[in-house]
Amino acid sequence: MQFDLLINAIIAGLMLGAFYAAVTAGISISFGMLDIVNIAHPGFIILGSYIAYIVSANFGIDPIVVAILALPVFYALGTGVYGIYFQSFEKRGQDALRGLAFFFGLLFVTEVTLILVFGVDYRTVDTVYAGGSLKLGIMEFPLRMLVPALVSIAMFAALQLYMSRTFIGRAVMAVSQDPQALELMAVDPTRIKRIAFSISMATCALAGAFLIVIQPVLPSSGREYIGRVFAICVLGGLGSLPGTLIAALLIGVIESIATTFYGPSWAPAVSFGLLLLTLAVRPSGLLGR
Amino acid sequence: MHTPKFTLILAAVAAVLFIAFRFIGNDYLFFAGYTVLQYVVIATAWNILGGYCGYVNFGSAGFFAVGVYSTVFFYNIGQEYDFQLPIPLLMVIGGVMSGLLGLGMGYLTLRLRGVFFAIATLALLVVIETFVVNWSFVGGSRGAYIIPPSEIPILGAFIQYLFLLMLILVVLSLVAARTIERSSLGIGFATIRDDELAAEASGVPTLRLKLIATVVSGTLFGMAGAPFPYYIGYVEPGSAFNLAYSVNAIAMPMIGGTMTWVGPMVGALLLSTLQQVITVTISSAANLLITGLLLIGFVILAPKGLVGLWHSFTAKGKQS
Repeated sequence: MQFDLLINAIIAGLMLGAFYAAVTAGISISFGMLDIVNIAHPGFIILGSYIAYIVSANFGIDPIVVAILALPVFYALGTGVYGIYFQSFEKRGQDALRGLAFFFGLLFVTEVTLILVFGVDYRTVDTVYAGGSLKLGIMEFPLRMLVPALVSIAMFAALQLYMSRTFIGRAVMAVSQDPQALELMAVDPTRIKRIAFSISMATCALAGAFLIVIQPVLPSSGREYIGRVFAICVLGGLGSLPGTLIAALLIGVIESIATTFYGPSWAPAVSFGLLLLTLAVRPSGLLGR
Repeated sequence: MHTPKFTLILAAVAAVLFIAFRFIGNDYLFFAGYTVLQYVVIATAWNILGGYCGYVNFGSAGFFAVGVYSTVFFYNIGQEYDFQLPIPLLMVIGGVMSGLLGLGMGYLTLRLRGVFFAIATLALLVVIETFVVNWSFVGGSRGAYIIPPSEIPILGAFIQYLFLLMLILVVLSLVAARTIERSSLGIGFATIRDDELAAEASGVPTLRLKLIATVVSGTLFGMAGAPFPYYIGYVEPGSAFNLAYSVNAIAMPMIGGTMTWVGPMVGALLLSTLQQVITVTISSAANLLITGLLLIGFVILAPKGLVGLWHSFTAKGKQS
């Protein structure tokens, strides 16, 4: 029986990890590649959840479909936020710490705005696959977890292809290494950074929809993800998308095992503890440069 | 101005404030005033690490909560063995606990600079919260009740006693911050803030200085937190680890100005009074929204805070 439990804990962990990968993808781009510490990222993910919630509750559209429709909106939002950030911090050469305070404020404002608009009740969505599950022998895949996990991996694959195959994707990789060299190639680093940041913000739409499919959402849910996403991002080696995916799966599995065998109230300490450990012992992460 | 003189003046101002409050004789004034003073201490504590050394601490609420929960812990032990520690002693204990945490954090994060340090503090906050939630002796997630005595000899109302203690702590922390700022310690901190690598190369013991900063800052947080259970009467992790403390701890010095001891004090007095007014007149959610917006606004438009604005204002006046 223990073995059953363990297998299913690992499966649940892998699906959870795939979802975490979607949550972290944006941070890997903004923090890992662009050096923009977008600590407000989880706040925007919750915003994505609420948008998926409103549209899907009013029009009965599946939240993930809503998220795909909302991608351009979040892309535009990312362009806007980067514009402010660039004008007030990067251009003036202000230290990164003020930028950090800016994003911290932004996180807070997003959260409180959501509280003022929606109140502090849990919100959920109904999907056609919410109750179903797939069984293979002793293994059980609840569709509520499986669907977001699969879409998330598809999104990850698309991102990785985009980053490694297209001109802009490669330019994003380049801008993280040497913006000046990029300028010499007649590419505007600011434009590339704007595009990359907007992409990172667009992933929030999808990640938010996954989140609300998986579990009920509160305006303050984002906080739990701050440590988690940075833990995954740092563990994955800052800006390496494959590294992020591996780290996300790892943390998902460890957390799921901790939840199954020790109880859910210990789960948050796992990722944060791992983060502290990683930072203290190996700051360059698993697949670090 | 020399430190003893400054201390005397500050103590005199504090005494006048306390007597004036007693003269008005409204208990609500003491309740609201306590919160404002508490934030002056928190903002000053944050600034010692954040403003002087340039290390942003997002986990202020964690340090504050360590002070809070050390009081809860000793209160519960006191309940079992029938004794009660005086609050000033509890403040010292809370300060020591939180200072030790600061030392631990300093050691753990020595290799981390800038952004990574900030994220590590945030992680530390959640780890501590998880432990407290799972620790049933101090109430766990249910919370714990602290029954404050209603009367106290000489002063009368208990809240006046708490207010007085916090007032003394404010004087202490401002004197400490000002002394650090003007000593060689403060200069060392400034070199870390400006260029840690260059400071280290020039022989500044950055490691020891950073540890001193985390310990002093942590101690002040803990001392500010220790009387809190007596103030609020019921403590649960959600209130002790409230993110609002972390945000305020950053927002107040940033709005006031992070370079001197005046900035955090001004920022805390203004912002916290504003929050009290908004909480009463509009709602507590609105006051947090305004805090966030003010933080963003000041960081973008006035990076040096109100003190910086004031300096540029007076400098212009002299030129023309």
